[in-house]
Amino acid sequence: MEPFQSHRGVIATLDRANVDTDQIIPKQFLKSIERTGFGENLFFDWRYGEDGKPNPDFELNQDHFNGASILITRNNFGCGSSREHAVWAVRQYGFKAIIAPWQERDGTHVPAFADIFRNNAVKNGVLTIELTESEVEEIFEMVARFKRLEATIDLEEQRVTLHLDEEISFHFDIDPVVKDHLQRGLDDIALTLEYERDITDFETRHDIQMPGGAPA
Amino acid sequence: MAAQTLFEKIWNRHLVKTMADGTALLYIDRHLVHEVTSPQAFEGLRLTGRTVRRPDLSFATMDHNVPTTEDRLTIRDPISKAQVEALRQNCKEFGITLYDLGSDEQGIVHMIGPELGITVPGLTMVCGDSHTSTHGAFGTLAFGIGTSEVEHVLATQTLRQSRPKTFKVEFTGRLKPGSTSKDMVLKLIGLIGTAGGTGYVIEYCGEAVRGLSMEARMTICNMSIEGGARAGMIAPDENTFEYIASGNRPFAPTGEALERAIAYWKTLPTDPEASFDRTLTIEADTIAPQITWGTSPGMVVDVTGHVPEPDQVPGYSRKDVEQALSYMGLTPGTPMTDIRPDTVFLGSCTNSRMEDLRRAAAIFKGRKKADSVRLIVVPGSQRVRRQAEAEGLDRIFKEAGGEWRYAGCSMCLGMNPDQLKPQERCASTSNRNFEGRQGKGGRTHLVSPEMAAAAAVEGHFVDIRNWS
Ligand code: SF4
Repeated sequence: MEPFQSHRGVIATLDRANVDTDQIIPKQFLKSIERTGFGENLFFDWRYGEDGKPNPDFELNQDHFNGASILITRNNFGCGSSREHAVWAVRQYGFKAIIAPWQERDGTHVPAFADIFRNNAVKNGVLTIELTESEVEEIFEMVARFKRLEATIDLEEQRVTLHLDEEISFHFDIDPVVKDHLQRGLDDIALTLEYERDITDFETRHDIQMPGGAPA
Repeated sequence: MAAQTLFEKIWNRHLVKTMADGTALLYIDRHLVHEVTSPQAFEGLRLTGRTVRRPDLSFATMDHNVPTTEDRLTIRDPISKAQVEALRQNCKEFGITLYDLGSDEQGIVHMIGPELGITVPGLTMVCGDSHTSTHGAFGTLAFGIGTSEVEHVLATQTLRQSRPKTFKVEFTGRLKPGSTSKDMVLKLIGLIGTAGGTGYVIEYCGEAVRGLSMEARMTICNMSIEGGARAGMIAPDENTFEYIASGNRPFAPTGEALERAIAYWKTLPTDPEASFDRTLTIEADTIAPQITWGTSPGMVVDVTGHVPEPDQVPGYSRKDVEQALSYMGLTPGTPMTDIRPDTVFLGSCTNSRMEDLRRAAAIFKGRKKADSVRLIVVPGSQRVRRQAEAEGLDRIFKEAGGEWRYAGCSMCLGMNPDQLKPQERCASTSNRNFEGRQGKGGRTHLVSPEMAAAAAVEGHFVDIRNWS
């Protein structure tokens, strides 16, 4: 996996909440046994009309979003199915980072991204950034006002900077494990296999029928 | 030792190591595999020259893609066929048990785990499928993973995980007749929202949960993911032990081993003093049959309710609701019971077990579906199909004018030929009402099996509590 340090690119908006992975990459594309070829079908049902031509009403089809590599959207992005194809599609379309707001509901913190999607994103070098609702709102407004607005995402500094005449920047929090993982572009399996001895030891004392119980 | 929750007991006993960075390396006891989310994982193993560490702990079947009609063994779609073929090859090459299309035990992956005794209490279980949460009904920690993680489990039999938070959902009192465990979980999602459980593992408890059969418990745990939770769990009890001891479950312990296992499983329930990060109490006796009106499982109301006004839905913006209503072709203020489905789908890993089919059949017995309705009944597994036929349920569905299918996911996600047409409206016993989920442009209303069956008879939704 390619390490993620800092990235500068055009921001595109997708003004919807609860975007599910069925929407990100519809079922008919899950039949593939390959890991590539998903980018052209990202948001397929929204993106293309009945005639197979790009739907001019879909936000991402606007010319000024061409080549965008940062997506900003609303809460609970990537909910639903566990399909990693959704992250492959996002990445292969060209997005390196997605920004969405966390929310507060009944006094609890509602994360910006669905759990499995967020995990899958890390494995594919896609950075998911959580900001507050008002910060996200501000970026939406700026993108609407300034066509082809660019941002720089500095992972080390945990900062998103909008390149306006007077730069605005936002700090984001990130799980240090995820940060390190993205920065080094680590291969999880290789890392875990370094603990092979521990796994083997564990297996000798672990009863598969009664895990945690006394071995037979 | 400090008081622990069910989740904590299982988590702690599967900890191979806590990494320097605080991540847990968690041992995985059972891994379920299906054709859609596994090919790239096996390919990854081949590319890196790795192998499957414990082929004896992975179990595969074909469900998402497969046709459910009489001629299902000949898959006409060449791409679907290639995927099914890939799973066959991979299982052969790596020595994994496969319940192939055409096998007596083939079925939806979350059906066959419990049926075959692969799912028992106290385990860690994963599958490249979000509804793996279903297995939590047995008091097991079960959750969905992506394809990279599938590869990780195949290669190492472990996963790197950060520890989720715990969320106790207590259902007090008893369900009233006409309401089901499907309504309990839809009600919960309506309350907390589809992201309300993100980052948590839910434990369902309380009198109403204890009163549920294993099959009904699976329905609740199944939809935990629809509330954003990684997993849902229910403490094992006599119902659980009886389920495991009954029927033909080749992978479950028997005899003396079962007795020892039960003694161990009895130690799993949450200690009385244990605490959760979050708790919520719902009075089960106030839960009415639920129907979704929108394109997110949290867009749900009581059957006595109406299609809402755009600014009157907690947790959803006006824009979300307007988008959903326009997609669904619904007008605010319409009574839910005025809505007329064109298709009724009885199936999916949420509601296609014996009890679901029996309850639906009781409604169809001696009745016909409305002429305006297409009725499809898809048992979740071949085992359920055979049992239903032995009880004559297939005849009831057919005499009511329905189609009786072979096992698979079918119209739950429409990856096979079973799909809704644009704007077609469906009463579905499945778990997701997302845009296009059951077919591009299709409109889904999630309900319990009895609500779906009664809607098929009447041609519109009815309040099952006062319908006869
Ligand atoms: S029945 Fe539906 S939800 Fe269940 S595993 Fe199949 S596609 Fe997924």
